[in-house]
Amino acid sequence: MVSPNSKVILERDRLQTILDAIRAQGFRILGPTVRDEAIIYDDISRVEDLPIGWTDEQGAGRYRLCKRSDQAVFGFIGGAHSSKQFLFLPREMIWKVVREGKGFRFVDTQRDSAPLAFFGVRSCDLHAISIQDKVFMPVDPGYRARREKALIVAVQCGLAGKTCFCASMGTGPRATGDFDLALTEILEKQRHYFVVEIGTQRGAEIMEHVSHQAAAASDLEKAEAATRRALSQMGRTMEASDVKDLLYRNYEHPQWDDVARRCLTCANCTLVCPTCFCSSLEDATDLSGDQSERRRQWDSCFNLEHSYLHGGNIRSSPKARYRQWMTHKLATWQDQFGTSGCVGCGRCITWCPVGIDITAEVRAIRESEKRHGND
Amino acid sequence: MDPPWTQSDPLLTPRPYRVTRNRRELQDTVTLELESGDGAPLSFSAGQFNMLYLFGIGEVPISISGSPHEPDPLVHTIRSVGAVTKAICGLKRGQTLGVRGPFGKGWPLEAAIGQDLVLIAGGIGLAPLRPAVRQVIAQRDRYGKVSLLVGARTPKDLLYLAELKEWRSRFDLQVLITVDSAGADWRSHVGVVTMLISKAEFEAGETVAMICGPEVMMRFCVAELRKRGVVAENTYLSMERNMKCAVGYCGHCQFGPTFVCKDGPVFPLARIEPFFRMRGV
Repeated sequence: MVSPNSKVILERDRLQTILDAIRAQGFRILGPTVRDEAIIYDDISRVEDLPIGWTDEQGAGRYRLCKRSDQAVFGFIGGAHSSKQFLFLPREMIWKVVREGKGFRFVDTQRDSAPLAFFGVRSCDLHAISIQDKVFMPVDPGYRARREKALIVAVQCGLAGKTCFCASMGTGPRATGDFDLALTEILEKQRHYFVVEIGTQRGAEIMEHVSHQAAAASDLEKAEAATRRALSQMGRTMEASDVKDLLYRNYEHPQWDDVARRCLTCANCTLVCPTCFCSSLEDATDLSGDQSERRRQWDSCFNLEHSYLHGGNIRSSPKARYRQWMTHKLATWQDQFGTSGCVGCGRCITWCPVGIDITAEVRAIRESEKRHGND
Repeated sequence: MDPPWTQSDPLLTPRPYRVTRNRRELQDTVTLELESGDGAPLSFSAGQFNMLYLFGIGEVPISISGSPHEPDPLVHTIRSVGAVTKAICGLKRGQTLGVRGPFGKGWPLEAAIGQDLVLIAGGIGLAPLRPAVRQVIAQRDRYGKVSLLVGARTPKDLLYLAELKEWRSRFDLQVLITVDSAGADWRSHVGVVTMLISKAEFEAGETVAMICGPEVMMRFCVAELRKRGVVAENTYLSMERNMKCAVGYCGHCQFGPTFVCKDGPVFPLARIEPFFRMRGV
């Protein structure tokens, strides 16, 4: 019998049983898998679906999938995908309405979908989920329905990438909560296994159906060592403690012009960001004109129309749009939701086609203050 | 793609309202009186807004222009500036539109009890202030001196003209009207609304100012009020941004650290001052 807050050992060759146990409870399992020369998130059912033996090299504006010399299951950082796209859907119907006489009537279109299990969520993305919870849980019934049922199996990072900076943002590398189960992969010459942390009663119930052993103190020490290894590999840093005040002081700063000359306003950073939540609402009517639906889809503050107001757009320059994104992420977000909007996952750096680095932009503003003083 | 919940969240799903009257105010502006499809009037406070939905056309944020103490019919004044507002302005008696709301924070009429009031409107900005004027008149003894300063482009662009005349005839209300340009038959002020501030009667130390109009007009009003000694904490502005969801999740109406849809549209200047002075925020 396992209980929350306990830790057990799962052998690598028994990993399939955990997927089977989750599936037996009716979950749709979403996890990392290799496709289109990247590690993405999609439906998985077998251990072989996971990126076994693969890793990904990342840098500013650079992502490469590479073979590892070993058979690690979670020996990668992760691609552009996160659990965001399954909780806050890129496209979602909000409601459907039909014409009726001179008026209209809303149609009840309820349909239950399978609860989601997220397999292999990293600490940065766990924090991203709880940040999006603050945005959507109070006001979005669709998000709430998916989120409340979701099961989370985290993976403790044993390595970090060149664009990772979760340690700076206080969001990793070790996940300390908000998961049902958390796996730490231990890969040795003789033995390949996982230390499983039980986070919740639900997690404990799943482990009831999975053959496991008691964890020894040496196993837990190896799990801690994995976290230390990830910490030592952290590719980037950001001084985050006073970044809110720093950016509030520097709404007017030449660095915004500088970054605007490089920024393509392509919106990649907002799409890969696991916390960015902007959406647009559009009404679409069918050809008969008798039926209409409201659709929500991801939007980005880098789109010109995002700030449209009759007569023009408020943020018409790339400078104003980049400033909006970065100041929102790191500063105004804190006033809105009591937390930073950045989890240090580094995706915006990796997936920026021109390699703009949010940590470097913050540093540039900070350094210039040191040089010139702030007034 | 189907939403996994049952109908119908009143904040997300419009309720049907029937047009009982469409009164033309100006060449491009109408006032609609609306009757709830299910009979229950919409309770609101002065300065709040609704999302108005036209089947198959779209949805727009419009402030409520009726009296909070007389919520039935629901009154909206709409200027035709785009596809949706144009179609809404063309609605005829008996036609239906969808309403969800009310949203946001309104004018600080409770907090201002016992104070002098100066209400400043530019153009269509009088529409969100009308509920405040009417509530103040209904509870006139609660406030000190009350002045209403109204600016428009020309005499033809003055909203609620009959009502303005009625308000101007009251002895307990100072109503000053100005236009940017006028013919020889115009008997009132010519010039921007800010110049009326020096003529308004109020004790600066115990005055609450409420302003609604184009941002540039509000910026100059704020400067003029400050000269007369009205502090930022007692100056309130109704801001406009691109409200789409109206419940704070779509991100479109962000203004600095605020969401205009839920933190505003009415803000104390003190809360938004640094951002109010900047462009492109």
